[in-house]
Amino acid sequence: MLSMTVVPGKDKGKVKLYTLSTCVWCKKVKKLLNELKVAYDYVDVDLLEEEAKAEAKEEVAKFNPACSFPTLVLNDKKCIVGFDEGKINQELG
Amino acid sequence: MADQGKIEELFNKLSSEAEAGGYHLNPDKDFTKELVNGLLVNEERYGYPACPCRLASGNKAADLDIICPCDYRDPDLTDYGACYCALYVSDEVLAGRKKLASIPERRLAIEPQAGLKEKSAILPEKLAFPVWRCKVCGYLCAREQPPEVCPICKAKKERFEKFF
Repeated sequence: MLSMTVVPGKDKGKVKLYTLSTCVWCKKVKKLLNELKVAYDYVDVDLLEEEAKAEAKEEVAKFNPACSFPTLVLNDKKCIVGFDEGKINQELG
Repeated sequence: MADQGKIEELFNKLSSEAEAGGYHLNPDKDFTKELVNGLLVNEERYGYPACPCRLASGNKAADLDIICPCDYRDPDLTDYGACYCALYVSDEVLAGRKKLASIPERRLAIEPQAGLKEKSAILPEKLAFPVWRCKVCGYLCAREQPPEVCPICKAKKERFEKFF
């Protein structure tokens, strides 16, 4: 099981965010979620050890075959790729 | 976080190289410096400045296309007004006529070397010199070996491919 960092906030269902520590768009998504005060789990995939990194990539690719970052997965169902402010606000705002 | 002085130094270098080649860095300096920091972190971590917004493999040969400036910068500038991470922006974005947003990943969507075979079919059989193409900016030159550094976009020799 991939270990993710838990950010407390309002319960909007299962919100999982996959990011890179060096990516500015990923930081923008984190900032937006913090502003919306949404509870979410995130992981900086570039900082993981090889095994966990492979696991994270597999999880991301299930929802976003290009395996790009940031990838936001809602309730293991919906996926928002990139810093899509409109969609994030619509789903979690 | 990389050293502030190093960030400034690389920022200034990239900025002047970009302008000299007809490119522009993102005018949002805080945003751009964060990306420059990401490039320095990746240089330290992998040994090459992979795109800060892409997951590098750590294998340089496999990641040549995403070493900044990446192979996808120019088509993304044309289609979206910015490269994938938005370190580089188009004239339109610089002038404020177009707003920036995060853009789709082009990396997996293209077939490597697509179309090159067709193009070479119409060429004369013998050329006095091979022609080398910079995969980053498309610069072509006819000489025995590609230049050490692309005179237009400053990409290194390893980013050139034999065009014909």
